Amino acid sequence: MPGLWRKIRKTGRVAEPAPARVPAEVPAAAAELAGSIQIRHVDAGSCNGCEVEIGSVFGPVYDGERYGVRLVASPRHADALLVTGPVTRNMEVALRRTFEAVSEPRLVVALGDCARGCGVFAGAYGVVGAVGDVVPVDVEVAGCPPEPTAIVAALRGLTGR
Amino acid sequence: MITPVQVAVQITVQIVLVVAGAPLLTGMMRQVRARLEGRAGAGVLQPWRDLRKLARKEPITPQGTGWVFRLAPLVAAATVLVVAAVVPLTGTTSPLAGVGDLFAVVALLALGSVALALGGLDTGTAFGGMGASREMTVLALVEPTILMSIFALSVRVGSTNLGAIVTRTAEDPLDVVSPVSLFAAAALAIVTIAETGRIPMDNPATHLELTMIHEAMVLEYAGPDLALIEWASAARLGVLLGLLASLFAPWGIAGVGAGLAAVALAALILVIKVAVLGALLAAGEVFMAKLRLFRVPELLAGSFLMALLAVSASFFLG
Amino acid sequence: MSLVGWLFAAALALCALAAIGGLVWPRSWVAGAGTVAAGLAAATAGVASVVGSRWSAWLPDVLPLAGVRLSIDPLAGLFMAVTGGVSVCVAVYGIGYARTPGHRLDSRGVQAAVPLFVGAMVLVPAAASVSTLLLAWELMALTSLLLVLAEHRRRAEVGRAGLWYAVMTHLGFAAILAGLALFAAGAAGESFDQLRAAELPPGLRNAVFVVTLAGFTSKAGIVPLHVWLPRAHPEAPSHVSALMSAAMVNMGCYGIVRVGLDLLGGGPAWWWLVVLAAGALSALYGILQAVVTSDLKRLLAYSTTENMGLVLVGVGAAGFFAASRAPALAGLALTAALLHVVNHAGFKTLLFLAAGSVLRATGARDLDALGGLRARMPHTTVLFAIGALCASALPPGNAFVSEWLLLQSLIRVSPLSGVAGAVTMPLAVAVIALSAGLAVATFVKAFGVGFLARPRGVGAERATESPPSMLAGMGLAAVACLALAVVPALALPAVGSAAAVAFPQTPPGLVSGAVTLALAGVRGVLSPLLIAGSLVVALVAVLGTVRLLAARRARRVARLWDCGAGPMSARMEYTATSFAEPLQRVFDDVLAPETDVDVTPARESAYLVERVAFHARVPDRVERRLYAPLLAAVDGVGRSVRGLANGSVHRYLAYGFYALIGMLVVLAVLR
Ligand code: SF4
Repeated sequence: MPGLWRKIRKTGRVAEPAPARVPAEVPAAAAELAGSIQIRHVDAGSCNGCEVEIGSVFGPVYDGERYGVRLVASPRHADALLVTGPVTRNMEVALRRTFEAVSEPRLVVALGDCARGCGVFAGAYGVVGAVGDVVPVDVEVAGCPPEPTAIVAALRGLTGR
Repeated sequence: MITPVQVAVQITVQIVLVVAGAPLLTGMMRQVRARLEGRAGAGVLQPWRDLRKLARKEPITPQGTGWVFRLAPLVAAATVLVVAAVVPLTGTTSPLAGVGDLFAVVALLALGSVALALGGLDTGTAFGGMGASREMTVLALVEPTILMSIFALSVRVGSTNLGAIVTRTAEDPLDVVSPVSLFAAAALAIVTIAETGRIPMDNPATHLELTMIHEAMVLEYAGPDLALIEWASAARLGVLLGLLASLFAPWGIAGVGAGLAAVALAALILVIKVAVLGALLAAGEVFMAKLRLFRVPELLAGSFLMALLAVSASFFLG
Repeated sequence: MSLVGWLFAAALALCALAAIGGLVWPRSWVAGAGTVAAGLAAATAGVASVVGSRWSAWLPDVLPLAGVRLSIDPLAGLFMAVTGGVSVCVAVYGIGYARTPGHRLDSRGVQAAVPLFVGAMVLVPAAASVSTLLLAWELMALTSLLLVLAEHRRRAEVGRAGLWYAVMTHLGFAAILAGLALFAAGAAGESFDQLRAAELPPGLRNAVFVVTLAGFTSKAGIVPLHVWLPRAHPEAPSHVSALMSAAMVNMGCYGIVRVGLDLLGGGPAWWWLVVLAAGALSALYGILQAVVTSDLKRLLAYSTTENMGLVLVGVGAAGFFAASRAPALAGLALTAALLHVVNHAGFKTLLFLAAGSVLRATGARDLDALGGLRARMPHTTVLFAIGALCASALPPGNAFVSEWLLLQSLIRVSPLSGVAGAVTMPLAVAVIALSAGLAVATFVKAFGVGFLARPRGVGAERATESPPSMLAGMGLAAVACLALAVVPALALPAVGSAAAVAFPQTPPGLVSGAVTLALAGVRGVLSPLLIAGSLVVALVAVLGTVRLLAARRARRVARLWDCGAGPMSARMEYTATSFAEPLQRVFDDVLAPETDVDVTPARESAYLVERVAFHARVPDRVERRLYAPLLAAVDGVGRSVRGLANGSVHRYLAYGFYALIGMLVVLAVLR
């Protein structure tokens, strides 16, 4: 325990200073949520590259939580779905049902090139299509995988902070 | 004698403090954790933003649930509200001293847990049942510790009346370092952690359903219902910490017949005490991992032993 | 004859009439109406006697040799009132319940036995001599045995349960008979007045107390003599279970209070520590078994053992305090115990009747096959919820009040009263606390798994609401529970004056106040009414705030969150067994559950599994460890002496001859 304490003291603040917010249009649904977005992450068939980046968004360095974003366990608690990967056949119904489980107002963020347009998996036999083909998408984040800064910027666009 | 005006003032102050302050306490605790983990944190006001947002969202009734599911958040919030009015947080006399004593407070909080557990069972999902089962297990095992601690505290005073216990400690500050108080405080601290579902009993921030206790019961709630539940669990923590502060460190609490200024000062001191306790709790959580579910009974057995020691100390060390 | 006397006589006469009516004209409403009237009369008689009018009578010609001696004092009145109240609810319920298709509960035998059973239970507390008490006791045992066996043609287990009950209850009877016979032999006569005046040597007093204690605890379902309860209750018709569990077991407590505190006038502290220990053991053991069982009626039966245990903790503490010269505490503890008797009678009636409705509608007692009754039996669900709230000792339920009183009396033990008290009382508090916590878990399980969510079995799916008379019976019990819960001052004076029979020297007004209960001499207050009121106010305030601030969007009905897969089936729900599993693991050492996993490998390879079967059972450990060896031993003795009886008349004559010779020799030597 003293070791951990020393480590905390030595490390200090890891979070990078928040970059200036890029003024962008906030979707109407997000405006109503006023600075608090709870996210349920859905892996619709990703290669897990995007998940690694999401992990670092909520790690100490990028600290996504400081903008009012939090990951939650149940879509009932969520305001936004963070969907990664192309939608595979096995996940199509699940994605739709998860979307239906979220209470209004609700948002969908399509994260990564796969989610936007199937990326490298386009045309694969197990793929239904992009996220937008299954549920309405409000925000897209480009990249394969997208950088944490891009994800943070997109999320800040939703919370407006 | 306590005047009706003071009663009204005290009740109002306590309820306002708990209602407004509980989410801030959660926010502060998250902030402390964030800072210790090297993060910046979302700010103390974030839980209030969350609540505001949840209140605006659409409530959802899952298919196959009924009045029990709908009633559960209301009962959970109402019990905390009653407890907030009953316990002596700002003055030595509980504002509603005639309503009940420490036993009643404990039982009311248990009623809130039971309501949520039934709400979880009513959904018929595996997670709801699992959360309910675990919550009830912890509740059953916590009960002996609580009652033994009450026993220990009441021996000196000859009463389980909260006001009487607090007055006695306030009048005799050395009591705080007596073995009875120390053991009882340790036991009740563990109980508070267990009852409010904090680390190491339960992890309020977990996303993994299989490790959940409290969260698993409320997975189906959305919107305003969820807001009530989140508020209730924050308020529960606030009230319990406030109670701990009043029982074991009643300095600055308003005495009988105190004026408005004294109550205001007591409220301020209470806020500081609860904030310190909350910060300590949050800092402690950074150093610990959640216990495996079946190790929890061992910890609770330890707390029971401490409560038993407190009782023996109160008998034999007088 | 005073009012009490007339009412009492009327109650007995109505019971007899109802029994005859049931025999002659087996329509369920005939005996039902008679029993309701009898119950009302008995309850009124009880209340009247508690209020202060006493009555006694000696009818020398009714029985040969001893005659019948009756007397109704407040203690008797309290138990009579409880019995009467329970009988009214049960009889109203029984009118509809007896018509259950396929159960044959409207047969002449059952219709006649119910009022007779009620009459016997009314008679027991009124008995004022040893012979009258024993007679009434035996009548109560026999009529209840008949009723337990009501459905023996339909299920084989009923017969076994009846056998257990018959044996246990008669062993208990034998113990009471022996104890009271000893007592009467040492006293000038067998009437209670003579017993009270008797000066017995301490050894004899001890013997009388211990032997009668064994007998009475077997009736009260106290561990280790509880084994008949979890067997008889599930197999008996549910309204009979309610009568037995809410009224008959109380007689065991009555007996202990009457003989131990009243007739023997208290005793050394160790008597009462034994009572307290037995009570604490029962409370804990009973509720531990209840929390792991998944049979609804068995669960309720074990909960009876728990509650009777709590009552005995109170009685034991009362005797102990009296022995250590703390009359105020003694009075408080006994008041708490007796109040718990009343409260337990209320909620246990309600719960058993509701369980009967469930059984009637679904054909299932197994919680793992129930569920989803909230939508199908809405009234029964609400009524069971009230009962479960009361039974789990949470405010605003009635058991909370009596347990609160009990705890208040226990924690008031003075450190100066000696080591025994200083060690026992904290442990008793811990036991009560643990059993209260486990009771919460038990009834959350019973209600949450049994009534909420979706049906787990075909029976539960087809369930329909019970007929009005059954609902009315349960409704009466629920109203009584709620009244006792919110205004315990309704019952407290009665309970107080009953306690004063055992402790005439207690100061009056131990627990006072109509709205707020205040304890004499200590700052302990509780106001169930204010708690309930402020809960309602808080609920309304919360609801109002939510409506005001959060009414932007309409509520939507959505499918259950099934993690995106699904649909969820009832097999994915938590069952009673899985609900109790964590607690079963925690108390593994005490409960010693038996689990076994059968893995059937495929024929091709041992590594390929074809089928896995899992069985889990939590047997009653006392039964396993104590009774099984005992029964085996008795069986062995029986087997080995079988050779003595080979059917030859000559041999039997020789046995008689040898016995006579032996007796003469003994007499010759001793004289
Ligand atoms: S976008 Fe790239 S990293 Fe993300 S899932 Fe697709 S392939 Fe993987």
